[in-house]
Amino acid sequence: MSTIAQKKGFGAVLWDYLTTVDHKKIAHLYLIAGGLFFIMGGIEAVLIRIQLAVPNNDFVSAGAFNEIITMHGTTMIFLAAMPLLFAFMNAVMPLQIGARDVAFPFVNALGFWLFFFGGLFLNLSWFLGGAPDAGWTSYASLSLHSKGHGIDFYVLGLQIAGLGTLIGGINFLVTIINMRAPGMTYMRMPLFTWTTFVASAMILFAFPPLTVGLTLMMFDRLFGANFFDVTMGGNTIIWEHLFWVFGHPEVYILILPAFGIFSEIFSTFSRKRLFGYSSMVFATVLIGFLGFMVWAHHMFTTGLGPVANAIFAVATMAIGVPTGIKIFNWLFTMWGGSVKFTTPMYYAFAFIPSFVMGGVTGVMVATAAADYQYHDTYFVVAHFHYVIVGGVVLALLAGTHYWWPKMFGTMLNETLGKITFWLFFIGFHLTFFIQHFLGLWGMPRRVFTFLPGQGLDAGNLISSVGAAFMSAGVMILLINIVVTQVKNVKVGNDPWGDGRTLEWAIASPPPYYNFKQLPLVRGLDAYWLEKMEGKKGMTPAEPIGDIHMPNSSFIPFMITLGLFIAAFGAMYHVNDKPWAIPLLIFGLAVTFGSMLVRSFKDDHGYHIHKEELTQDEKGAKA
Amino acid sequence: MKRFAKWRLISLFAILALVLSGCGRPYLSSLRPAGEVADIQYDLMKLSTWIMVGVIIVVLIIFTIVFFRFRRKDDRIPKQVEGSHTLEIIWTVIPILLLLILAVPTVAATFKLADVKEMDKKNSKALVINVRSHLYWWDFEYPNEKIVTSQDLVVPTNEKVYFNLKSLDVKHSFWIPAVGGKLDTNTDNINRFWLVFDDKRANEAGNLFYGKCAELCGPSHALMDFKVKAMSRADFDTWVKDMQAVKQPEKAQTDLAAQGQEIFNKSCIGCHAVTPEDKPEAARLAPNLTNFGERSRIAGILDHNKEELKNWIKNPETYKPGNEMTNKYPAMTDEQLDALAEYLMGLKVQD
Repeated sequence: MSTIAQKKGFGAVLWDYLTTVDHKKIAHLYLIAGGLFFIMGGIEAVLIRIQLAVPNNDFVSAGAFNEIITMHGTTMIFLAAMPLLFAFMNAVMPLQIGARDVAFPFVNALGFWLFFFGGLFLNLSWFLGGAPDAGWTSYASLSLHSKGHGIDFYVLGLQIAGLGTLIGGINFLVTIINMRAPGMTYMRMPLFTWTTFVASAMILFAFPPLTVGLTLMMFDRLFGANFFDVTMGGNTIIWEHLFWVFGHPEVYILILPAFGIFSEIFSTFSRKRLFGYSSMVFATVLIGFLGFMVWAHHMFTTGLGPVANAIFAVATMAIGVPTGIKIFNWLFTMWGGSVKFTTPMYYAFAFIPSFVMGGVTGVMVATAAADYQYHDTYFVVAHFHYVIVGGVVLALLAGTHYWWPKMFGTMLNETLGKITFWLFFIGFHLTFFIQHFLGLWGMPRRVFTFLPGQGLDAGNLISSVGAAFMSAGVMILLINIVVTQVKNVKVGNDPWGDGRTLEWAIASPPPYYNFKQLPLVRGLDAYWLEKMEGKKGMTPAEPIGDIHMPNSSFIPFMITLGLFIAAFGAMYHVNDKPWAIPLLIFGLAVTFGSMLVRSFKDDHGYHIHKEELTQDEKGAKA
Repeated sequence: MKRFAKWRLISLFAILALVLSGCGRPYLSSLRPAGEVADIQYDLMKLSTWIMVGVIIVVLIIFTIVFFRFRRKDDRIPKQVEGSHTLEIIWTVIPILLLLILAVPTVAATFKLADVKEMDKKNSKALVINVRSHLYWWDFEYPNEKIVTSQDLVVPTNEKVYFNLKSLDVKHSFWIPAVGGKLDTNTDNINRFWLVFDDKRANEAGNLFYGKCAELCGPSHALMDFKVKAMSRADFDTWVKDMQAVKQPEKAQTDLAAQGQEIFNKSCIGCHAVTPEDKPEAARLAPNLTNFGERSRIAGILDHNKEELKNWIKNPETYKPGNEMTNKYPAMTDEQLDALAEYLMGLKVQD
């Protein structure tokens, strides 16, 4: 990014990013937008912990608190964790399989802009009458009861963002199936690519139920339908099913790529091939499959009856087995290895005990009869933060340090990285460990305050102190990023020195066409194999030839902008605003008009000629 | 690296101290079970915790060895191991066995806790309570005894008490942590389960358990508390008789109370009943106040005295944001509030 930034003015860079279809630049966009939303979600989390630091606090009002928790959950899952994972998938996966881009670069850009405008729409609710306040699960009876436009922002914003995620997932699937370099068989794919593959397949099946639920909710709230209105023959339990049929796989959509990131890091910094590679792949696929069989464990207290509860309890426990396989495989990857404790490795190493904690409480909440006690208490809050923060967020932080050189060509400062790690890690356990006990001591979740005299004061204060540590850690990371980019010390292909997979075989950051010649893959850890045989780089699988590249396009931005405008029209239609329906139609016209332009205008892309490629190389050498 | 080891040790002690420092309050904590259901759940918690602690110890042992033994010391390239079938079979089979040990009692307990056949029997003697949840209060109907009360649930000890749960506005969840896990009050259907309140342990908890709403239901979700008075069967029968005896609203005892009653009849009785009669649930718009003077909290959260009662009536919105009572009645002068408080606090069925 920075090399280009020095050469071009701000306007040109902005235009470049608004129209880019390059997977590496889209990765930057995902990282920046996801990072911003992550900070917003983090600020919301800090507000929650300030409010709950002492009993009977009035730092925020009850209504505002519900808006904050709703936006914290929704933002962190949909607008922070997923886009940040998408950032790494975009930046790394095509390189790992030796491809020049994803299968559909145009669609890739469209996916990003849909996510971004969906998230923007959702967050504008803060300034336009109030954010959604029915929890990130938005259970139907409460969300229909909720006044104002908060829930409408949720319903419309998530539909737009969800569309982006879905087409992103499809794009990754096609890319992995079709665009692997010669020799890159399925069983030679790096684990991060495998987990991207399985997570994308899960997105394909999990997001449609969410969209169905959101659409029904939209019709109920905005167009007078009664799908969830019990007095009119509707049913609210349907919402719970639709939400969790999506919601549970979503957890695995997040954690599987996190597993993939850690698999890369363990293997790289232990200088060892991943222990039990094929069983790791098998476990990933199995978790992906079982992830769809267990949604009702979020509904043990809904009253589904003992048969359903018992079946879903046992099915849920079964997921513990492939997850356990993974933990032991990681441990034995390091066993006998030569483990170098870099910042990414700190995160990966600390992930094991943290995630095991979250995993074992997962088995505990799976025991249906006992879950009647855990459900909707701080025990569950502790459990899923141990899984999501101890798993996904640690992976995101690890991945940021690990792949930063590949994405930006510079190396984040190791000392600052380790300070971030310690602050975040200590803060994380301080915040969430005690919450297990708060739940068992009788504290329900999503409470805006608690009364004194219930034995909950000390525990909540400890938890709030922990949140301060985590915030400090994130701030140091931001300082680290700024300092690193200002210094702008460029690094080579394989800055960690132990790179094993294809992304380390090319420049950091890679040229816009990635591989001048597609590499020939001769086994798992393709680059490592070549290095061990004393070669400097990959053996090319093709002679130097013209490279076909896609043209940049502003159409993805326009398609999304139309939907963004249309959403306002749909929402204000309930207030009988005369301009609402025309606005809705105008927005949709922009969207479909842009699609029409895309369909009728031939865009064959362009070719980079052989001569330019050879010149590039000479230029680089000089 | 000794620092790291020391830190781990300190944190371990801190965790241990935390565990020993207490299991919460006996009237609120699920770790102080006070009845058969909570006992079953507590046993399952302990079983799963022990299994899981075992798993954690095994992981931590390998983890620690890796940390000390396999740090990078030189530039050697370690042997590239593909895997080990024996090891992989071990760490697949042992977890399966552990999960089976946990799954069998889980399934058994799940069916046991859902066993409400007694409710369907004709001429059953079992005590049944219909719980109806509202934005932010609880309504308790005893259909066989034909009485209604609110906010303070009254139950006999040492017997199975059966519950029919339903919500009349948005979804809530009915939870008495010390006595047993929760069950949602859906808007769509009736959920049924049972609980037992153990006599001895109810005593230790002061015969008053804390109940909570466990499902996000709006701004005052956190304040949707109720209390459970547990008493012997004989005392419970007396209470039922005393309640049933109230056919007409209690007569005010003092002049001030009589004024209060007048105000009440003008401004409040449209929603609040002061007789325990069994009206249809949809007609019970606000908490039944028949035995208000004997309750333990105002609105489920405030201390039970006249001052707090007056504060509450003056401005319920400050205490329970989003409640359904605000602005349903005219503003009251201080004299009117005094009178109302005098009247309401005098509403007692047991002398």
